[in-house]
Amino acid sequence: MASRAGQVRPALGAVAIAAALGGVTLGTAFAVALQAGSFALSPADWAALRFTILQAALSSALSCALAVPVARALARRRFVGRGLLVTLMGAPFLLPVIVAVLGVLAVFGRSGLFNDLLALLGLPRLSIYGLHGVVLAHVFLNLPLATRMILQGWQAIPAERFRLAQSLSMGPGAVLRHLELPMLRATLPGAAVAVFVICLTSFAVALTLGGGPGATTVELAIYQALRFDFDPARAAALSALQFGLCAGAVALGWRALQAPGFGAGLGRRLAIPAPGGWRRAADALVIVLAAGFLLVPLGAVLWRGLWGLSDLPPGLGAALARSVSVALASTLLTTSAALVLALAVAARGSRLIEVAAMLPLAASALVLGTGLFLILRPWVRAEDVALPVTILVNATLSLPFVYRLILPQAQAMQADFGRLADSLSLTGTARLRWLVLPRLSRPLGFGAGIAAALSMGDLGVITLFAGESGATLPLYVHRLMGAYRMDAAAAAALILVAVSFALFALFDLWGRRAAS
Amino acid sequence: MLHLDHLLLTEPGFALSADLTVPKGARVAVIGPSGAGKSTLLNAIAGFMAPTAGRILWQGADLTALPPGDRPLTILFQDQNLFPHLTVAQNLGLGLSPRLRLSADQHKAIDRALDRVGLATLGPRLPSQLSGGQQGRAALARALLRARPMLLLDEPFAALGPALKADMLDLVSEVAAETEATVLMVTHDPTDAKRFADQTILVADGMARPPQDTAELFQNPSQALKDYLGS
Amino acid sequence: MKIAFLGAGLAAGVTALATMAAAETPVLKVLTYDSFATEWGPGPAVEKAFEADCDCDLQFVTAGDGAALLSRIQMEGATSEADVVLGLDTNLTAAASATGLFAPHGQTWANSLPVAFADPNFVPFDWGWFAFVYDKTKLTTVPASFEELAASDVKIVIQDPRSSTPGLGLLMWVKAAYGDKAAEIWKGLADNIVTVTPGWSEAYGLFLEGEADMVLSYTTSPAYHLIAESDDTKAAAAFTEGHYLQVEVAGKLAATDQPELADKFLAFIGSDAFQSVIPTTNWMYPATAAAVPDGFSTLIKPEKSLLLSAADAAAARDAALAEWQAALAK
Repeated sequence: MASRAGQVRPALGAVAIAAALGGVTLGTAFAVALQAGSFALSPADWAALRFTILQAALSSALSCALAVPVARALARRRFVGRGLLVTLMGAPFLLPVIVAVLGVLAVFGRSGLFNDLLALLGLPRLSIYGLHGVVLAHVFLNLPLATRMILQGWQAIPAERFRLAQSLSMGPGAVLRHLELPMLRATLPGAAVAVFVICLTSFAVALTLGGGPGATTVELAIYQALRFDFDPARAAALSALQFGLCAGAVALGWRALQAPGFGAGLGRRLAIPAPGGWRRAADALVIVLAAGFLLVPLGAVLWRGLWGLSDLPPGLGAALARSVSVALASTLLTTSAALVLALAVAARGSRLIEVAAMLPLAASALVLGTGLFLILRPWVRAEDVALPVTILVNATLSLPFVYRLILPQAQAMQADFGRLADSLSLTGTARLRWLVLPRLSRPLGFGAGIAAALSMGDLGVITLFAGESGATLPLYVHRLMGAYRMDAAAAAALILVAVSFALFALFDLWGRRAAS
Repeated sequence: MLHLDHLLLTEPGFALSADLTVPKGARVAVIGPSGAGKSTLLNAIAGFMAPTAGRILWQGADLTALPPGDRPLTILFQDQNLFPHLTVAQNLGLGLSPRLRLSADQHKAIDRALDRVGLATLGPRLPSQLSGGQQGRAALARALLRARPMLLLDEPFAALGPALKADMLDLVSEVAAETEATVLMVTHDPTDAKRFADQTILVADGMARPPQDTAELFQNPSQALKDYLGS
Repeated sequence: MKIAFLGAGLAAGVTALATMAAAETPVLKVLTYDSFATEWGPGPAVEKAFEADCDCDLQFVTAGDGAALLSRIQMEGATSEADVVLGLDTNLTAAASATGLFAPHGQTWANSLPVAFADPNFVPFDWGWFAFVYDKTKLTTVPASFEELAASDVKIVIQDPRSSTPGLGLLMWVKAAYGDKAAEIWKGLADNIVTVTPGWSEAYGLFLEGEADMVLSYTTSPAYHLIAESDDTKAAAAFTEGHYLQVEVAGKLAATDQPELADKFLAFIGSDAFQSVIPTTNWMYPATAAAVPDGFSTLIKPEKSLLLSAADAAAARDAALAEWQAALAK
């Protein structure tokens, strides 16, 4: 039902962005592949592939299974501090990996709170190290993302539909069948694919908590191939394998995808009916457990960081300023690009653009950085382009998240108001201002917050480019840790977390304010 | 004059042909069984659907390649005729300027249109603060402002009660008279057709038949119409 | 180059201008690992001391860790801007020499390493013994060898030899001490290993958080806690098999456009001005007989030092790695 003339330009923009994404992800892998080396994969690489898929599948399944009751409880219960809790619970996803691992260990490690509690009760201590530890940490990191994606699905069901269900005397079971299951069928595959693909490229979490070389992922094999064997072709082959897995997962997700088709509501903000009785108690329990699981490790990170705050090195301020600038620039870049892609897909649906938008999830940061280094080096000095490259890479890596967050509501907007806007000649900036921004401000604000925080926390590529004085805050934390200065590192990490979170909360708040 | 010239509309498992003319200034009802393609026909005229073959002409000018907003018409949908995040006045304003940059005269015109449809003080409200009838009136006020030569109605008042709907149809008549618009109105209610339209297009069996005099049509119904009316 | 951050695009331009302005003084570019050039690392003091009498501008270019240095050199080949590479260790020098990108150093200053060390392309700038570090207040029965460690239920955290230089050092340590018996030692250690981390800092962090009784680090690690934190609870366990050495080296790139300056810098590495900075910034032993601070006297001094030659280490690596993986994959 798309019209022709009015939408040619955004589609062109979308194609250009999709091409750029393909260039940055696949092109860099190609640049690496052009280097010398052998493409042969060893039996150990195949073992790594099996472990990678296993841990990613388990992590994704568990994250999504747990996210459903949490999102439902949050969607239909109202209590003091709910908004703050929803925002806070998003924080683990934004933590730098090593900080998150230390937080998880403070609770579930050998001498963590959980084991102390078990010991107090006379029970044997449990070891976190192994496949279950990897999955636990991945659930800690990704439950917030899955919860928020599903919560948005719940909030996208117009309140009128719930009232209709009430008027038809539908019980919770019937509401589940007629309203919630269709929504979950539309939302869950996206969340599952996103978490699965994020866990595919896990490296530090898998290795640190995996307990030994059995927990080797493809990303570690890439690291080894590039750093210790200097076998770029093998790294590129492994990277291609990772892209293949990602494409497969996205394709599977599509087969499961179904449009929710709720139609539009009038935008009245009504409370979703909240059944009482045992369901109320169950919801309360779910919220308390999820909040505890996500917030206690976070609290441990903060507590640990407080001690070093008095002894921060002077270079931290500059690193922080660099990180914030990088985060803001890449947020602007990635949110605009994701919006253009989501609008184009909502208007006409293009699988090629969809694939391009998901590609960065499967990209190995190391291959990406190395590829960019190889491509750019003949023309510029690495340390001169450290920050622009970091902005580009961070924008690329966070794009899939922002895109996935915007897309469902962009599609709903297109279905509900696309024809009306077309009939009123609402195109270009007028459409952006009077239709797109007001309708999409909630996912845009949330997406921009995610992008900003991810960009703050990302270490990936800067190590290849940063010169003597070009460190971003995560790199600075890493350098402090590498120099025994664990207290200062913990304090710097605390600042990193606080600033990431503040950026996230600001954007998210802006989106929610603008939406109401 | 609206001319559908050997128009063929296809979707998977669906086809509709139309080869007919509607005189300028006519009020035409479009009736037929559900799923016959009444809305599809209006969507094609409004530019939301590209025809597989044929042309759509208004006063001899080919509209087929024009984007929806550039066509000489206003369309009212079954629902979603107003943006819920904009005030009623802003919704009307978009009918005058997509960028919503309005001159003082245009603001006055909006006030007059609101006054005309009986919503004089409701301009600053959000659509969700209006009743269903008031929302219909607001959408009609925008049609009045746009004053395009054609007005297409895709059952915008189907959800209203009989008395309210009669009021709205009267208002449509007035608006059409003031803007000298040609009106095409989809309805499944023969009373609406008889009350409002001097001519009627019957859409059935994959074909939109040329408009006939409404009274005559219902007096001597064809087999297709009999099937539809169940008489 | 101390430039305020003004925005990504601007930074590049400002750097370019600053480079032009400094064009009259010759620039020596030293490619080194991240932590060497940090504000608390040896970098700033080394830069100041060298610039005091070289009439030049010493600039550090950084790239991750030691292994990242090598891959960077391999990527850049003969077109590298760097003149000197500082921070490879002896497990990497064979591969580095094989690239043909390094020139003989021609230095004659004597090093004071505990084993004889000479390499035509590389001079040592510091060294340390690998050791397992523990907390004296928590671990009372300290194993005195790999065999005792394997027999005990002491928990250790180590680094992955595929992603970290200390991890690779441990692999070589067991190989050098036990040769064909190395696989058995690893099998015995399997149930002691809490986990394997990608790098040194993760492992050391886990140890400090109480996740393990011991961590693979250096005999000099306790000196950091003693000198910088006045904390004397950390100690390194002395192993009767002897301790493997990590020797960190520097070399001159053959394609340098500043060969004299590069030679001057390699000579400077052997001076007290450079060496006296090392102990309390890099927390390693100086490569020459330069004085070490008091805290170092409390450290264990292994009687036996182990070090495979660069060629032997390179030759042994793949088999040792396979052995390690097979023994630890449960």
